[in-house]
Amino acid sequence: MNYFPDEVVEHVFDFITSHKDRNSVSLVCKSWYKIERYSRQRVFIGNCYSITPQRLIARFPGLKSLTLKGKPHFADFNLVPHDWGGFVDPWIKALAKSRIGLEELRLKRMVVSDDSLELLSKSFPNFKSLVLVSCEGFTTDGVAAIAANCRFLRELDLQENEVEDHRGHWLSCFPESCTSLVSLNFACLKGEINLASLERLVARSPNLKSLRLNRVVPLNTLQNLLMRAPQLVDLGIGSYVDDPSSEVFSKLKAVIQLCNSIRSLSGFLEVAPCCMSAIYPICENLTFLNLSYAPGLQGNDLTKLVQHCRKLQRLWILDCIGDKGLGVVASTCKELQELRVFPSDPFDAGNAAVTEEGLVLISAGCPKLNSLLYFCHQMTNAALITVAKNCTNFIRFRLCILDPVKADPVTNQPLDEGFGAIVRSNKSLKRLSLSGLLTDQVFLYIGMYAKKLEMLSIAFAGDSNKGMLYVLNGCKKLRKLEIRDCPFGDVALLEDMGKYETMRSLWMSSCEVTHGACKTLAKKMPSLNVEIINESEQLEFSLDDRLLVDKMYLYRTLVGHRKDKPEYVLLL
Amino acid sequence: MEVGVKMGMKGGGDEVGGKEKEKMGYEETELRLGLPGDGEVVRKRDFSHTVDLKLNLISTSPTDDKDKNIVPSHLDPAKPPPAKAQVVGWPPVRSFRKNMLATQKSSGSEDSGEKAAFVKVSMDGAPYLRKVDLRMYKTYQQLSDALAKMFSSFTIGNCGSQGLLKDFMNESKLMDLLNGSDYVPTYEDKDGDWMLVGDVPWEMFIESCKRLRIMKGTEAIGLG
Repeated sequence: MNYFPDEVVEHVFDFITSHKDRNSVSLVCKSWYKIERYSRQRVFIGNCYSITPQRLIARFPGLKSLTLKGKPHFADFNLVPHDWGGFVDPWIKALAKSRIGLEELRLKRMVVSDDSLELLSKSFPNFKSLVLVSCEGFTTDGVAAIAANCRFLRELDLQENEVEDHRGHWLSCFPESCTSLVSLNFACLKGEINLASLERLVARSPNLKSLRLNRVVPLNTLQNLLMRAPQLVDLGIGSYVDDPSSEVFSKLKAVIQLCNSIRSLSGFLEVAPCCMSAIYPICENLTFLNLSYAPGLQGNDLTKLVQHCRKLQRLWILDCIGDKGLGVVASTCKELQELRVFPSDPFDAGNAAVTEEGLVLISAGCPKLNSLLYFCHQMTNAALITVAKNCTNFIRFRLCILDPVKADPVTNQPLDEGFGAIVRSNKSLKRLSLSGLLTDQVFLYIGMYAKKLEMLSIAFAGDSNKGMLYVLNGCKKLRKLEIRDCPFGDVALLEDMGKYETMRSLWMSSCEVTHGACKTLAKKMPSLNVEIINESEQLEFSLDDRLLVDKMYLYRTLVGHRKDKPEYVLLL
Repeated sequence: MEVGVKMGMKGGGDEVGGKEKEKMGYEETELRLGLPGDGEVVRKRDFSHTVDLKLNLISTSPTDDKDKNIVPSHLDPAKPPPAKAQVVGWPPVRSFRKNMLATQKSSGSEDSGEKAAFVKVSMDGAPYLRKVDLRMYKTYQQLSDALAKMFSSFTIGNCGSQGLLKDFMNESKLMDLLNGSDYVPTYEDKDGDWMLVGDVPWEMFIESCKRLRIMKGTEAIGLG
């Protein structure tokens, strides 16, 4: 391609959209590197500490869309202390100072401040899209700044963030001139909003396709909103409580029937099951149904609803649906690709939980299943082997047995053979989470068969360093490995230090890694940041090489030690 | 509570890095809480820096007797799992989701009507006591499993400071484990007498139990 002018090559590159492909293209030769970097508009940074904003800006002057991820995944489960890091502020400051015309910012597990949001809203005249997932540190004041200042805002999507709600009028901060909204998701906000402002906003947003409401939006407002936005494709219902004999409810029933574009339904944060029948008419078009935040719906209600959803591709549900309910899903939802079953009470499964039976039924009935997240209270090898026979397309397989080291209840055996069958028959598996009683054997299987595996999560498993070594040696595509409470130690950690340069990160907590081994690793591998998170008060003692490390997080980086670490993090 | 630097170091301090930690033979020293006469040991996987506790109680309800062997609930499919396991960060559910569900439940839940029956539970050697609500359980097996989880949480996961974990594991306690002494669950009844858990029907037990004590087997000889 040397004999094509740059503009032609650039035009060809326009068709290359995946980050991986663009990264590969940039490595071919200097000329391609140059063309690629000037034409690149979207950049994904999986670990915000792997590069600095300055280097990002220097390399990609045409940047329009940035995705950043901050804290390690286990931060979701309270394993990472507060203030560990992941601050977006330096990024926004650096971008604001530059000439980058940022239009889209997507953040996951980062700390966002109101000041950052305000700076963001004022620095980029063409800013269109803000997506915050599992972030924290901001209040509705920051959200108000975005609403007020981003004149061409299309997307404001707040997913599962911890937002301090000042019950302000953030919604009223959208100016009357703002008519560009396509997607508005504020389901995670806890506070009151001005309902009249909401109705006016929706009324003047003809392009609105996605609307997810929070718990305080009542049913009569929902009815008004749907009347104004029958073109919605994605709806998240806040409160869904009314008397089925009321006039408002009849109006709602009528209006819902007109919303035949809705393909995705979620919410029901507060729900009266007797009102669910109004939803049935739109169920037959649904491809995504998320009832995982609707504990007000019992197993029967869920089953009745699901029976109408023949075209469903993705289902997120609570385990109160039960094995029988999953059987109904299996016989109804033949197009199902993704299933997530969450525990309705993480600490007390009681009688409502699902078991291996539900999963087997799903695997038999849903041949297109490729993504699973399943919290259950037991699993058997036989069931997993059956699932592996029925389903060979899994990309994501995450199984969580609520009791951390539970064996197969029928045979009392570890679940090695079951998971082994899964990895053997699902050659495209990219993500795997294990649970239950497991020995080194399961890791032998994973190393042998899970050749495409990119992310592995392990807890309370294995017998010895061999387990970890099987994985590190066998899984050539491994990018993220997170381990807690396993008997893996220095031998495994240090066997192949170069491996970590091919990975994004490694997390090990409550394992058997010593301080000395971490120091050795950090010394030999300058391209890695090795962080020790030490929450005990005896910081002086932590300098002893022989002491076990409580939490270690290491990641590859191009820019050395980060400057914003808290006191309890030791950077080796 | 003393925190020793020695705690949690590898095999006697003579190996540094590089060498696999010597297993301390936890299979043999596994703690068992068994009533006298109970010979069945159900082995659980060990991981070398924790200790398993199991309470084996003779159950009096017919549905519990699936086998002649006592099966801890995690191996018995008919049992609901014990309540309130307290391992940090487990199950792996996003805090946002946990908090949200908790809020939704508390605003929607009704009073069960029955009074709670909280009693203190002490275990010989543990640094502090716990409390359990006996009305949360329907059988001895459920109570047994909940207690096992409660006290094994000293050793599983993050206890807030390494010191707590390591102190519990210090040498004298280890020697007890190595000597293979069993633990016996006992309770103080309304009359102030110390009784062996498991003799009377469950309902009667809840009514009369004032506190629980998990004793070292060597001290429990007079009760059997």
